[in-house]
Amino acid sequence: MLAKRIIPCLDIKDGQTVKGTNFVNLRQAGDPVELGKAYSAQGADELVYLDITASHEGRKTFTELVRRIAAEIDIPFTVGGGINELSDVERLLNAGADKVSVNSAAIRNPQLIDEIAKHFGSQVCVTAIDARQTPEGWKCYLNGGRVETGRYLFEWAHEASERGAGEILFTSMDHDGVKTGYANEALAELSARLPIPVIASGGAGKKEHFRDAFLEGKADAALAASVFHFGEIPIRGLKQYLQQEGINVRL
Amino acid sequence: MQHYFLNKRRKFKHMGIAIIKYNAGNLFSVDYALRRLGVEPVITDDKETLLKADKIIFPGVGEAETTMRHLRENGLDRLIRDLKQPVLGICLGMQLLCRHSEEGDADCLGIFDTEVKRFRPQRHEDKVPHMGWNTITGTDSKLFAGFGKEEFVYFVHSYYVPVNPHTAATTDYICPFSAALHKDNFYATQFHPEKSGSTGRRILENFLNL
Repeated sequence: MLAKRIIPCLDIKDGQTVKGTNFVNLRQAGDPVELGKAYSAQGADELVYLDITASHEGRKTFTELVRRIAAEIDIPFTVGGGINELSDVERLLNAGADKVSVNSAAIRNPQLIDEIAKHFGSQVCVTAIDARQTPEGWKCYLNGGRVETGRYLFEWAHEASERGAGEILFTSMDHDGVKTGYANEALAELSARLPIPVIASGGAGKKEHFRDAFLEGKADAALAASVFHFGEIPIRGLKQYLQQEGINVRL
Repeated sequence: MQHYFLNKRRKFKHMGIAIIKYNAGNLFSVDYALRRLGVEPVITDDKETLLKADKIIFPGVGEAETTMRHLRENGLDRLIRDLKQPVLGICLGMQLLCRHSEEGDADCLGIFDTEVKRFRPQRHEDKVPHMGWNTITGTDSKLFAGFGKEEFVYFVHSYYVPVNPHTAATTDYICPFSAALHKDNFYATQFHPEKSGSTGRRILENFLNL
């Protein structure tokens, strides 16, 4: 049976991981490659590296980093942040990334999803959506949540899927950083409406939250950052717990 | 442990491993995975180099009809059929070693006398492509020497090879299908050993040890 996936997300600035870590015996906790290896050894199923650098120099550094990750890490990884056009996608795939994640650029120019799918296949195209619940429903936001768009979550996720997205990475901004669980109702609705996998993001604070994202939210994968970085939830222990709860995971 | 890897590295160092270069994506991952094992592969479409290699890897991510046309135009189709050394096809590489693919109605290389079909979802949960970690069972090939009953490997594909007399491992998704094939010197995996963590590493080591 296809396993539910656990995905640590690493924020990268100028080639280094932004958040600190509690890993013991890790010589360079700030080194994204060492950290990725440690996650992989713990049983992470995939990794996501998000470039939060804005500068041109930073982009070059990130591409170099992607090359190093590809050389050293033996599980699939997705890269995102600052992907605006097809040439960015090509550069990162050529550096060895397995998938790319597009967010703001895809909302501004939805055609980008069609182009990525046509040139490289749907399987490389993760469409990330940041959304928040408003009186009118779940609305999409740009630029890390600073700019509201006229797009609604379910309608945009459906369009992205129709255009050729291979997966939807949905972050609830209402839940992100609060550590009270994922947005399970919205996740379940996305899962029911879409023919492609849905990755839950935003809200993980304890093991039960992952279980709920899979059982109630029907998510195919769950992504988290801080609970893994600070060692609050060790990945292997989390997966053992999920297995006891009847969820199929890779152990 | 350190010692073990050093020995392995030395062991594979002088092996001539060639990765077939053609118009398919993502040959790097296989290259990197072999380098982690201490191999220094060449990525080439040069016929002499390919014929002389100890072992050949035929990876690939792409579309069947387009890649088959490219192989034919470059005479690589005949060359691959005539290879006598161990060959490992991966993902699209495995599908191209079959007789025919529904993807683009492509006539393929015909090493494995079987059809490649598109997944047809039966329920809403059956998402295509089949993407992620799934188990292989019934492993029956030297590729899987030392394997337990169930091991997880990483898949990304929308087309599959039905179970047939050459099936060397089976996975169940929508229907049971061939996760691996074996016939004579030809080995193939539908999944990506280069992305399958330590399990994948063992499969690549087993191939190098053939």
